[in-house]
Amino acid sequence: MYPAPFRYHRANSVDEAISLLSDLGDGARALAGGQTLLIWMKLRFDEPSDLVDLGRIPELSYMDHDDAEVRIGALTTHGRIAASPIAARIPIVRDCANGIADYQVRNRGTIGGSVAAGDPACDWPALLHTLDAEILCKGPNGERSIDIKDFIEDLYATALEDAEIVTGIRFKMPAANSAGAYVGFKRCAPAYPTATAGVQLTLTDGDICEDVRIALGSAGLTPIHAIDAEAELRGKPLSEKNIEQAAEAAVAACDPVDDQRGSPAFKRSVLRVLVKRAVGIAVRRCGGESVESSHEYY
Amino acid sequence: MRFGGVAANQLKAVMNTIEVIEPVAVEVTVNGQRYQREVEPRMLLVQLLREELRLTGTHIGCDTTYCGACTILLNGDPVKSCTVLAVQADQGEVLTVEGLEKDGKLHPLQEAFSEHHGLQCGFCTPGMLMSAYALLADNPAPSRQEIRKGIAGNLCRCTGYENILNAVAAAAEEMRGE
Repeated sequence: MYPAPFRYHRANSVDEAISLLSDLGDGARALAGGQTLLIWMKLRFDEPSDLVDLGRIPELSYMDHDDAEVRIGALTTHGRIAASPIAARIPIVRDCANGIADYQVRNRGTIGGSVAAGDPACDWPALLHTLDAEILCKGPNGERSIDIKDFIEDLYATALEDAEIVTGIRFKMPAANSAGAYVGFKRCAPAYPTATAGVQLTLTDGDICEDVRIALGSAGLTPIHAIDAEAELRGKPLSEKNIEQAAEAAVAACDPVDDQRGSPAFKRSVLRVLVKRAVGIAVRRCGGESVESSHEYY
Repeated sequence: MRFGGVAANQLKAVMNTIEVIEPVAVEVTVNGQRYQREVEPRMLLVQLLREELRLTGTHIGCDTTYCGACTILLNGDPVKSCTVLAVQADQGEVLTVEGLEKDGKLHPLQEAFSEHHGLQCGFCTPGMLMSAYALLADNPAPSRQEIRKGIAGNLCRCTGYENILNAVAAAAEEMRGE
């Protein structure tokens, strides 16, 4: 199955990519790992006139972290992130990177591509909401960073301007008393998730929720930041009751679409379970326990 | 002159609206042999392998990055070759199922799939073998659960997977010299 014909351009630097995209105009698309874009093109959801291949730009493939901040280059693959010291130190990142599709896709797909696609079924946007990340971009007007909540504007729509590309992401290193979990449910490994939930929890005195962020993926047209669910927990000692209330509030905030992955009612029941499960794992990890977790499938 | 009911001048008018896309030079090493081709940018790696290089061991199944029948190794990593452009593989090293056999002798994985009935119709087998090959290169003694995860990106509609797991476990043992 061929995509529609297009012209191919290989960019050797970020500036060259921006200038190519700028010159080629509206019909041009940036190609990273291609694990979303090429499928869209084969199914003729998109028929770009030109592809600008970012795949060989060395400056876009990096991972850095210190005690304050984590930075990951746009071209870093899910597989490399899953095996990185960042994933070893921040289990929620490992949950997400390991949960995406299968080995083959994780070897090609990139974090920048996942974010730039604006697809609510992609995992990184929901995870990055959970970590309150910023998206680093560069375009004809220079560099800027955009909060993830402002970056994803609508279904397949992002804040990227013409000829602007995602160059990386960054987020604050979680505090020592903070831990999270990102869990999902999917029908089989290569399938997009039916639903996902990310929870990042900061606990004091054992079980007082000092702070929390809850985000849901595949739960609407964009990732959902479940603010009301957070309010059920923030500043309170965690209990079975308020975790249940938080899950209810998260479900109330979501607006899942009816598709082959399930009805909205089914997805809401899945999300309710996922939020509770993610909170549970986050609590155990805050307590120093090592918990293996990722997307579940049959 | 008429072509299938279309006047030559009409045909020419249509042809003039179709833009000719410049082919792109691609050089890949497949199973140790170097190939150079000029390809259309939209050619997929799996099509380069099958249609240009006539290596038809790699199968096209779902064609949408699901089933894993087209799995090959690109620079040592298993990838779904239906979702990689041939131009993205330029200067790359590819290993396909045809590259597993050495000097007329089947790879232990191939022997084990045969021995343990790890296939029925055989359509998914080339991709299964390549994923299993990558798994064992990374982890020579995988647990049953690790084998399941290793081949999770490959779908089989015949076997129910049990015999595939048996085959991979047996090949791993054989390759460790046990």
